[in-house]
Amino acid sequence: MELSIESILVLFGATLRIATPILLGALGETVIERAGILNLGIEGTLLLSSFTGFVAAQVTGSLWIGLLAAMLTGVVLCLLMGLLSVTLGVNQHVSGLGITMLATALALFWFRLQYGGGTTPPALDESFQPLQAFTGTPLEPVFSQHWLVYVALLLVPVTAWMLNRTSFGLRLRSVGENPEAADTAGVSVYRVRYEALIVGGILMGLGGAFLSLAQLGAFSHGIINGRGWVAIAIVIFGNWRPGRVLAGALLFSFVQALQLRLQASGIALPYELLLALPYLLTIVAIALVGRNVSAPAALLKPYRREG
Amino acid sequence: MPAVEMRGVTKRFGPLTANDGVNFAVERGEIHALLGENGAGKSTLMKVLYGLYQPDDGEILVDGRAVGFRSPADAIASGIGFVSQHFALVPRFTVAENVMLGHEGGARLNPRQMRAQVMIAAESLNMAIDPNALAGKLSVGEQQRVEILKALKRNCRVLIMDEPTAVLAPQDVEALFAVLRDLQKQGMSVIIITHKLNEVFAVSQRVTVLRLGKVVGEIATEATSPSALAELMVGRQTLAVERNTDHQRQEPVKLEVRDLKLADKRGGLRLRGLSLEVHGGEIVGIAGVAGNGQSELVSVLTGTAVPDSGEVLAHGQPYPLGQPKALPNLKIARIPEDRLKAVISDMSVADNLVLESLDGFTRLGHLGRQQIREHAERMIKDFQIKASPGDLVRTLSGGNIQKIILARSLGQQPEVVIAAQPTRGLDIGATEYVHHKLLEQKERGAAILLISEDLEEILQLSDRILVIFEGRIAGEMSAANADVQRIGALMTGAGG
Repeated sequence: MELSIESILVLFGATLRIATPILLGALGETVIERAGILNLGIEGTLLLSSFTGFVAAQVTGSLWIGLLAAMLTGVVLCLLMGLLSVTLGVNQHVSGLGITMLATALALFWFRLQYGGGTTPPALDESFQPLQAFTGTPLEPVFSQHWLVYVALLLVPVTAWMLNRTSFGLRLRSVGENPEAADTAGVSVYRVRYEALIVGGILMGLGGAFLSLAQLGAFSHGIINGRGWVAIAIVIFGNWRPGRVLAGALLFSFVQALQLRLQASGIALPYELLLALPYLLTIVAIALVGRNVSAPAALLKPYRREG
Repeated sequence: MPAVEMRGVTKRFGPLTANDGVNFAVERGEIHALLGENGAGKSTLMKVLYGLYQPDDGEILVDGRAVGFRSPADAIASGIGFVSQHFALVPRFTVAENVMLGHEGGARLNPRQMRAQVMIAAESLNMAIDPNALAGKLSVGEQQRVEILKALKRNCRVLIMDEPTAVLAPQDVEALFAVLRDLQKQGMSVIIITHKLNEVFAVSQRVTVLRLGKVVGEIATEATSPSALAELMVGRQTLAVERNTDHQRQEPVKLEVRDLKLADKRGGLRLRGLSLEVHGGEIVGIAGVAGNGQSELVSVLTGTAVPDSGEVLAHGQPYPLGQPKALPNLKIARIPEDRLKAVISDMSVADNLVLESLDGFTRLGHLGRQQIREHAERMIKDFQIKASPGDLVRTLSGGNIQKIILARSLGQQPEVVIAAQPTRGLDIGATEYVHHKLLEQKERGAAILLISEDLEEILQLSDRILVIFEGRIAGEMSAANADVQRIGALMTGAGG
């Protein structure tokens, strides 16, 4: 693989594309975790919303309706997470994993109903196309991206602003740090947690939709392929801060893009090793920073008023 | 018209009636003490008033109007504020963020304005507080002030303080009372929940006494006396603690500490060459202002910290420093500072009672359930623990948890007893019981080292008093010659 400016720019472009669904998922997870809920339903939520988005777009012929359907799916699954872990106080690990299993099975089941048992993944006649920017210049591969890529990048400062500079964000963080304090301050813990889940669900829905409606324009069962779990790791790596979450998503995606390039260049390394590279990096990165991060203090704890 | 009135309030938790037809009223601009032993239902009553609990019966009137609080938000809206014993602060928020939470004044946060508002509120009460400081880094007294500011921010007119002095160092108590008096001058009503009689007389104008969930008296403070209140509260004449003041030191030294030095993580010396000895049949009390090395001394003697230098001997043998497991075998009993860290709350009373002596109840790695249960039943009887063997420790009151710790440590006929803050947060009855048990051990001939922030307790129990200041013993006196002025001077480093 030659190391030209061009090839590096292409690599950057791929990094942005690969990072987008992970970033959207991780931002959604960040918002939810800052409110004190670990949503392990993220993997299934990404999958089912990418599927419903795809089906809705195909049936109605409108990508926008598909996008809405995906966001709605994200919200519904996150509300289910809320019902289980907030209202009913079920263990968050159990309810999150349950939702991932349920959503995965639902996607599979619905897929069979809709498309039968065929092996070729269905594709959209028309999907969101990348914008054209800097055409004909070396910057084209970097900036000719789907509009959702820019939306995802823009959502990083927006999420940070929401968390740190609005009273909604202050309340959201307070229920994730010390729900008793929030409650005695007159903040409704349940309500804020549900609101966080709705915001997170929208972000996760967008992440799922990006894959089926923009990047691939098609759906297959393996479309998410662990991106939800990676997003969870990135939230930890990012110390629950949107800016650092972005850095984590870009780092992971860069290594992913790099290993894809290396595979394509026919390097004399077993491809399994290359495939594992981004995940190995994730483990190393978490091990390195993991000691210095601090999770929201009330994460995993269902809130119950005593008495 | 009272600022707040509760009429016939009843609150039940399952079979337990925590409040039974309670009538309670607070006038405007009054500091009202709500007095009672632990478990008398004081906190429950106030949590009902604050909307944290829903009463099963009765009504609440604010300024003469009946109200129904479904949550604290409703109570706050009616001008009621609550400062809990466990501060409801978000450690990672600044003082200003904590104060403004829930009342941010707009969808967008305005940090500068938030800080300014907090400063103004603090100045009106002569409080020095940095609005940018993280709440988690504040001292306990400062955190309490933030809680008061929070209540003020919500236009509180009736402020409930739940045992506000339980967590404070002595010098902070007077500062708190000054703040409460300032609030009173501003026309606020203050309810102070307490089981300490001296506080009732120090700060309140009226006092309501609760016993076993019922009101047993409501009196103007100036028209009553400590002994009258104590009798109302406990329902019997309190037992005077008997002690032998003309103690002769005849028994040999059982605990000896020589030139102990210990640095903290940042390299600051916490113990600077501390030496002491305790004879058998003697209680040696360590008095001092919190933070002068008491905790570190306790950590060394309870086996959780290893000193950098120095020597500790128990009956002439080297002390197993840093090996808590070896202590019970050497007949060294511990009553640790934080009782909740000495028990496993989610385990049963029976299991907690054998934690230190598990080997004796285990055969081939298999727990002798029957033996453990019988042991528990015996200890529950001997130490008057109000619980059954299978109860989870987290459901017990502080006094009963302390009795479990006493049973576990003193039940083994110890030679040396390390008692750290043994009555902190306990009510009169439980405190008396602990004192009685310590004196019993002394009569048995055990050497007892009593570390307490409660000077009265030290004066009451000790045969000899040592004053700790900046990590070493600043002075010593026998109980017979104890002079509070001199102790106070030594405690603050003024008495060379």
